[in-house]
Amino acid sequence: MNPANYVILSAILFSLGAIGVLVRRNAIIVFMSVELMLNAANLAFVAFARMNGNLDGQVAAFFVMVVAAAEVVVGLAIIVTIFRSRRSASIDEPNLLKY
Amino acid sequence: MTEVNLGEEIVFWISGGLAVLGALGMILSKKAVHSALWVALTMINLAILYIANSAPFLGMVQVIVYTGAVMMLFLFVLMVVGVDSSDSLIETLKGQRLVSIVLAIGLAILLIAGVGAGLTDVVPVGLEEANGVDGGNVEGIARLLFTDYLIAFEVTSALLITAALGAMVLAHRERWLPRASQAELSRSRFLGAGHPGNLPSSGTYARHNAVDTPALLPDGSPSELSIPGPLVARGDVRPIDHHDVDQIESLGGGTK
Repeated sequence: MNPANYVILSAILFSLGAIGVLVRRNAIIVFMSVELMLNAANLAFVAFARMNGNLDGQVAAFFVMVVAAAEVVVGLAIIVTIFRSRRSASIDEPNLLKY
Repeated sequence: MTEVNLGEEIVFWISGGLAVLGALGMILSKKAVHSALWVALTMINLAILYIANSAPFLGMVQVIVYTGAVMMLFLFVLMVVGVDSSDSLIETLKGQRLVSIVLAIGLAILLIAGVGAGLTDVVPVGLEEANGVDGGNVEGIARLLFTDYLIAFEVTSALLITAALGAMVLAHRERWLPRASQAELSRSRFLGAGHPGNLPSSGTYARHNAVDTPALLPDGSPSELSIPGPLVARGDVRPIDHHDVDQIESLGGGTK
C-alpha cells in the first residue's frame, strides 16, 4: 500500500463534506460538514508530513485544529442567536436581505 | 514503498472505511443528533489514522478536542435548539441537490486523479528520523511551536480569547425590563388567556403515570396539556388504550 492512499481518503472525506454543506438545510449539520472538510485537510497535512519527513505538516494541522475550535464556538453562538430570534435553524429562513 | 507494513494496511482499510461510513451517515441521517454521532465516529477513526501516520500527539489532540469538546458542544447546541428541528425537504433552488452532488463527485475525481496520480512514484521519507531528533513526536512538535512558529502560536492565543469573548457577546441577552414579581406573574396568569393553575400531570386516570402518557379527561379523551411539548413534537406520545377507558367506566358504574 502506498501512503498516498491517505491523501485519496482525505479527498473522499473532503468531497463528502462538500456534499453535506451543499445538500443539507439544517445549519448545525452544515456546520458539522464544514468540520469534516477541515478534518480531511488535516489528514492530508499529516500524510504529507510523513512523506516529506518533517514535522511542519503536523504543526500546520495543529493550527487548523485551534482555528476550527474557535470557529465552532463563534459559529454555534451565531446559530443559537439566530434560533432565538427566528425559532428555526434552517438556512433557508434568514433571507431578509433579499428584500 | 516498503514502509507501510501489513498491520498499518489493515488499520487503514478498517479505520478509513469507518471514517467514510461516518461521513455518509452524517449526510444521509434525517435527525441532527444522529448526524452528530456519525461525525463523532469519523473523528475517532481519523485519530486512529493520525496515530498510524506517526502523529501520536495529533491523534490524542483529535480525540480530546474533536470528539471531546467540539462534538459535545454540537450536541449541547442541538439540545438548546431542539431535537425536533429536522430538515425541510423543500428545494428552494430547483435541482440544486442533484447539481451539487454531481459537482462534489467531480471534485473528488479531480482531487484523486490530480493529487493521487502525482504521488504514485513519490518515495515517502517517513518520520522516524524527524521524530527521533528531539526524543519523540511531542518534543519535536514542541520545538517547532516554540521556535519557528512562535509568533503564530502567540497569535493563536489572541484568537482563542477573541472567540471566547465573541461567543459570550453573541449568547448574552440584555434584560430590558425589571424581573416580574410573584404577584405580577400571578395576576398576568389569571388575566391572560393561559392556564391559571398547575398544568395537569401526566397519566392522571390513565393506566401508567409515565411522562409520555396523557392524562385522561372525565370523558376518556386525552388531555393535550399534560404532555411536554418536545415529546409531542417528536411523536413519542403513548396512544390511549380504549380498553382501559372502558374498564374504568365499568368500575365506576359498579360502585354507583
